[in-house]
Amino acid sequence: MKKENIPQDRSALAKLTKELSYATDESGNYVTALSNGWEIKAEALDIAWDDIKHRIAEAKTKVERKEASPILFFMELRLMDIGIVAGYTGFWKWQIKRHMKPTVFQKLSDKKLQKYADTFNVSLTELKTMNVDED
Amino acid sequence: MKTDFVHTQAAHCENGVTTNLLSSAGATSLTEPLVFGIGSGLFFIYIPFMKVNKGPAFAYRTMPGLIFKRTCKALGIPVVRKKFSSREQAQQFLEKCIEAGQPVGCQVGVYFLSYFPKEYRFHFNAHNLIVYGKEGDDYLISDPIMEGVTKLSSYELERVRFAKGAMAPRGQLYYPKEKKIITHEQIRDAIKKGVKRNIRDMLHIPGPIAGVSGIRYTGNRIKKWRDNLGLQKAGLYLAQLVRMQEEIGTGGGGFRYIYAAFLQQSYAYHPNELLLDVSKKFTRAGDLWRNAAVQAAGIYKGRLTKQEDFNVMGDILFEIADIEKAAFQDLAKMKWSS
Repeated sequence: MKKENIPQDRSALAKLTKELSYATDESGNYVTALSNGWEIKAEALDIAWDDIKHRIAEAKTKVERKEASPILFFMELRLMDIGIVAGYTGFWKWQIKRHMKPTVFQKLSDKKLQKYADTFNVSLTELKTMNVDED
Repeated sequence: MKTDFVHTQAAHCENGVTTNLLSSAGATSLTEPLVFGIGSGLFFIYIPFMKVNKGPAFAYRTMPGLIFKRTCKALGIPVVRKKFSSREQAQQFLEKCIEAGQPVGCQVGVYFLSYFPKEYRFHFNAHNLIVYGKEGDDYLISDPIMEGVTKLSSYELERVRFAKGAMAPRGQLYYPKEKKIITHEQIRDAIKKGVKRNIRDMLHIPGPIAGVSGIRYTGNRIKKWRDNLGLQKAGLYLAQLVRMQEEIGTGGGGFRYIYAAFLQQSYAYHPNELLLDVSKKFTRAGDLWRNAAVQAAGIYKGRLTKQEDFNVMGDILFEIADIEKAAFQDLAKMKWSS
């Protein structure tokens, strides 16, 4: 890539920093220069986020239909998978899978629920009601 | 409290942390490309059975931690690396280092990294930064992907040092044990070692998923994605391929441009024209990776939908595989001066 072709498009990262890029100058020698971002990459990130939003909405519907407990919704909202939830809560994966059933979730003690609430950075009420700012 | 430390921006976090830590320990002639090459950083792997953010796992560079480890080893620099089970111990150890004037590399998770924009905050646990001082409750942070330095409160730093999930950092920190002046000869030998190991990693790892054969394998798989996965999922997978091409920086050519720069800089240590020729091949490979990303974007934005478009994408990867294979074969034939 030639230095003048270093992309200067949009990027969410531009709020924080420009990115260092390696490119060649007129005589073919490598130099570094700053890039503001690349549209292609920004679009790839957009696609990933569209998919995440879709999964969050889907999880919410599932909970409303009583097919899953709010843990599924918050796991998606916080971009986690069961392994990550297990890491933060200290529960085993099989326990978390069980807690994702609405009937089991209903009977969980507040002490256990608090672990989930802390992991997802919400209050107990928010955890139970899913009434939370999704941004 | 501030250690003697100069922040220099890098295209990639581990390269940057390694370069900055080693230069503050006396190895001032090291650059990001040299570190990347000496650490045999260039790689490719596609792990179809492993999932990252519900998509397939690709890597364009070697495993996290290896660049620092290999570079220090090749230059004969002893390393301190520690993990902690207790948060208090992790913090105390860090404080002691700072008091002793030692800047420290830390592995952190990105999800709770407060200064990162939300769009970039996934549960990715192999980011690297340097803690180089403390003011009140704030740690002074040099994140090599940033133009300038920043700060994290002790709570914020603890949270990212003890992020959970795959590759959990467990408070991991590392730094060169002693200050050392690195000689021209040492760098020269380290370059040779780094190139040879990179030839092995890219050409001779058995199985279809790693190295040059992994690029070809991915090309083959992509051609089947349209039928096997459907357009929407195939698009998601391709977006993942593009996002992993570079974590941050380097303008789409990923790590290929950095490797091309490494070979150019190596010429100062090994004056052999072959290095410059092969450098051009990696520039070409980087340009093709960029083209592949543009083609992939056509698909995930829904502009390109035909099987033919997936074939074009796969063929670009075949071409890249051929170029990188030839480039490493050239390097394998090189007669080293020492």
